[in-house]
Amino acid sequence: MAIPSEIPTTFLLGRLDWHAVPQDPIVWATGVVVAIGGVAMLWMLHKYRLWSYLWTEWFTSVDHKKIGIMYIVLALVMFVRGFADAIMMRLQQAMAFNGSEGYLNAHHYDQVFSAHGVIMIFFVAMPFVTGLMNFVVPLQIGARDVSFPFLNNFSFWMTVGGAVLTMMSLFVGEFAQTGWLAFPPLSGLGYSPYVGVDYYIWGLQVAGVGTTLSGINLLVTIIKMRAPGMTMMRMPIFTWTALCTNILIVASFPVLTATLVLLTLDRYVGTNFFTNDLGGNAMMYVNLIWIWGHPEVYILILPLFGVYSEVVATFTGKRLFGYTSMVYATVCITILSYLVWLHHFFTMGSGASVNSFFGITTMIISVPTGAKIFNWLFTMYRSRIRFELPMMWTVAFMLTFVIGGMTGVLLAVPPADFVLHNSLFLVAHFHNVIIGGVLFGLFAAVNYWWPKAFGFRLDAFWGKVSFWFWVVGFWTAFAPLYILGLMGVTRRVRVFDDPSLQIWFVIAAFGAALIAVGIAAMFVQFAVSIRNRDTLRDVTGDPWDGRTLEWATSSPPPAYNFAFTPVSHGLDTWWDMKRFGQTRPRAEYLPIHMPRNTGAGVIIAGLATVCGFALVWYIWWLAALSFAGVVIASIVHTFNYGRDYHIPAAEVRATEAARDRQLSAQGA
Amino acid sequence: MAHLLKRLSWLAPLLLVPACKPVVLSPSGDIAARQADLLVQSTLLMLIIIVPVMALTVFFAWRYRATNTQASYDPDWDHSTKLELVIWAIPLLIIVSLGALTWVGTHLLDPYRPLDRIDAETPVANRQPLQVQVVALDWKWLFIYPEQGVASVNRMAVPVDRPVEFTLTSTSVMNAFYIPAMAGMIYAMPGMQTTLHGVFNQAGEYQGLASHYSGHGFSGMRFKAHALDGAGFDEWVAQAQASGETLDRARYLELEKPSENVPPMAFAQVDPQLFSRVVNMCVEEGRMCMAEMMALDAQGGMGLPGIANVAALADADAPGTARPILGLPPFQVSGICSVEELNDMLASAAPSDSAPRELAPLRGRGLDAPQGILGLNLLPNRLTQSVPPRGADQNL
Repeated sequence: MAIPSEIPTTFLLGRLDWHAVPQDPIVWATGVVVAIGGVAMLWMLHKYRLWSYLWTEWFTSVDHKKIGIMYIVLALVMFVRGFADAIMMRLQQAMAFNGSEGYLNAHHYDQVFSAHGVIMIFFVAMPFVTGLMNFVVPLQIGARDVSFPFLNNFSFWMTVGGAVLTMMSLFVGEFAQTGWLAFPPLSGLGYSPYVGVDYYIWGLQVAGVGTTLSGINLLVTIIKMRAPGMTMMRMPIFTWTALCTNILIVASFPVLTATLVLLTLDRYVGTNFFTNDLGGNAMMYVNLIWIWGHPEVYILILPLFGVYSEVVATFTGKRLFGYTSMVYATVCITILSYLVWLHHFFTMGSGASVNSFFGITTMIISVPTGAKIFNWLFTMYRSRIRFELPMMWTVAFMLTFVIGGMTGVLLAVPPADFVLHNSLFLVAHFHNVIIGGVLFGLFAAVNYWWPKAFGFRLDAFWGKVSFWFWVVGFWTAFAPLYILGLMGVTRRVRVFDDPSLQIWFVIAAFGAALIAVGIAAMFVQFAVSIRNRDTLRDVTGDPWDGRTLEWATSSPPPAYNFAFTPVSHGLDTWWDMKRFGQTRPRAEYLPIHMPRNTGAGVIIAGLATVCGFALVWYIWWLAALSFAGVVIASIVHTFNYGRDYHIPAAEVRATEAARDRQLSAQGA
Repeated sequence: MAHLLKRLSWLAPLLLVPACKPVVLSPSGDIAARQADLLVQSTLLMLIIIVPVMALTVFFAWRYRATNTQASYDPDWDHSTKLELVIWAIPLLIIVSLGALTWVGTHLLDPYRPLDRIDAETPVANRQPLQVQVVALDWKWLFIYPEQGVASVNRMAVPVDRPVEFTLTSTSVMNAFYIPAMAGMIYAMPGMQTTLHGVFNQAGEYQGLASHYSGHGFSGMRFKAHALDGAGFDEWVAQAQASGETLDRARYLELEKPSENVPPMAFAQVDPQLFSRVVNMCVEEGRMCMAEMMALDAQGGMGLPGIANVAALADADAPGTARPILGLPPFQVSGICSVEELNDMLASAAPSDSAPRELAPLRGRGLDAPQGILGLNLLPNRLTQSVPPRGADQNL
């Protein structure tokens, strides 16, 4: 893979030339498959005339529910890609023994593990979590949409833009070979001269704009748009965790943006922020990126703590134990997450006192986290647990996550970290908390809220198949990595020379295969459920006997969510409404003020993505043109005065009456 | 705890079945052994709470399943001050214990701290540690033995039971130096110097590796670490001396060029200031050393004329020197000190504090006493004061 260190640039195409065509047969084959699949999909869309449906109903939609669903679709698509990377790594590491080089060369393998990390964090976990918050939070607080509906659409498309740039790097040029955080000097121009790191930078910058704006949006939504009577301490716990998450996003993503800007300046104009020479300091980058990176971990996990809380309370049929301490625990974690970043690099030679300080602050986080676990535990005490899928994922989470938490605290002890840092033990740890915590929670959430989003439940059989393959597969894949870590094996290694290690990598690869079955079963579950949607139909809007407001409306909820804004008189508002036999008001409907769909978000984000691409390849005219396009399109959008409309009272009445008919039909 | 661990070590095969050498848990060096002890102690401490939580989860999940109508059901019970106190206090107590363990352990096993014992029974008896200077290159390890005047690539030998003081740096990107059987890892970073103290207690051949990803040739960046008895080490040095090759600045610049899966090499003679020059990033001819730069800045800098004090790179094709598309071609700052001044500067730094510590148990007294008004300004700037050993001041 000989890419010359300096490629001549042309005016028209920058440095985009035949070097950009990947020369790896694996990438070629993937490219062909993707191209065939893409063409087939386009043809299907054309054949069934879905373009205008997709454009008017989804792409330009400012409905928080649809945007939430689109976020999750994006996350699932990217999850398949990220998982393909994982399988490739497992296969390579299981093969590359006894003089074998495996099947991936260093150039390819290094891209694979970098892309795996970047994609799984930025384009799977983040959009999944954001999508979930987008869908659920306005419903839970009794709002009709988020505070800034257009911004929401724009944020989504910026995230898509970042994902597109990252995916494009597979077929046009290369991706970064630096690991997912792109530490300089390795990510500097001197050691990564080609486009890989530039794809990384612009992919994350474009998506980062979306994430930051969506953080602001949801933050304002939660603060300003709660139903009357819903004081802070009456907010559902998921909304609380979403609030804290968005505070973290708003406070930490600008740090990432600024850090990447500095790296960009180093790479493009020759500044020396992070270079070895001329006063640069790579340690500064490491600090900055982890000042974003550690809160990021909690951005991912906190909303899922909220999901578990909702699921536990619902399926135990019991009030959440210790709501107040749950809230304080969440707030504690939010604050503490800013005081621990150095534990990611104890081994970079900070003094003992600095290391101890950050080690101990890290351990302190386990106290509120432990309190949360106990709260879920005591919610289960004296309850009636229905083991539906969300609850199964929650119990699996509790049993898995405590191990991940334990190994995490272990790694927070600096002397232990000195022998385990950068090892496969570390890799096993963070997969233990991210899969066991974030992903299991997302699966619980999908099974829990799917009926709300689509009006029918997910098939339980295939859900259970997926569940068991995932849980068993997870432990089969990652327990060997814990053991390998204790054997002194480090991460990101492509070829091994000690044959006794191979058996563990083979077991891990087998675990990855089990997970693959689990993932396949999940997609089968979706397909089967969509096919059997009539038998799985739920017309009540409250299939699980829920407690919070989202279950008060129909499934799927109407565009306006609630015909009348609900009033909260306590925690578990919907539970109380049911208990006191409160019925929906059925008269005096008023026209409902709603935001109107707009294509501006797609256009501006598309232009921003083109700008990112142009900057990656040094195509200056295109970068300037598309940047000007972004500015002009934004200005033009401000002159769009047709941003809102009213749903007439008659239409609301008709919708609500239809729901009544459905309910009474089921009652009869 | 070490004894408990040893007593339980027969259980290891049960836990970790086929062909498994958990070198991290049963290492051959005292530092790594103590780190492993701490690892085990912390785990046991946490299991005090983890095991009951897991057991209770399973028990509650089973006991309160919906089909079990015998179990009591209390849907509105959502608060108990006593219970809340317990669930916050118990983790807190464990973390307090663990925090104390961490504070003491971190200071005792600080890689910068000179060893105070060879193993559990033997204190360090006023013996100077063996100095080994380590440079992470793309993609191989260079070991310089300043006392012996030899150097080696991708192979390292140290005497058993003699404390070793590694001083580490890197020439290109970030790296981490890790011999799992000996002591924990520490980063080796360009333009910076880190320190690691360790000792081997058993003779043998051990795996050493780069544990921080450093680019294309990372996987092959491994070396063998030999722990030899005194005679064996002398023989090893003699072998290196017999190899005849000299590692001077020119040879180093050649060695520095990226290469992968490099077989071991030995050098009979080494420029004694080479390591200092690597840390100060002035191995190339005519380049200003960082120590020089900092000394100038400390005296107020050169002002505007300083910006003219640059030159084209000595080697325009040197690794890590691409020209940014919108920026100036890479350049270097020219040195202005004479060779003699520079030698003095690179050699004149204060000696590092390598005296063995007091052996009394650590009760806060074994630590560096805070200096300065807030305990800040503790350490002399290690960066500019990388020290070649006394007396070794000839410049090859």
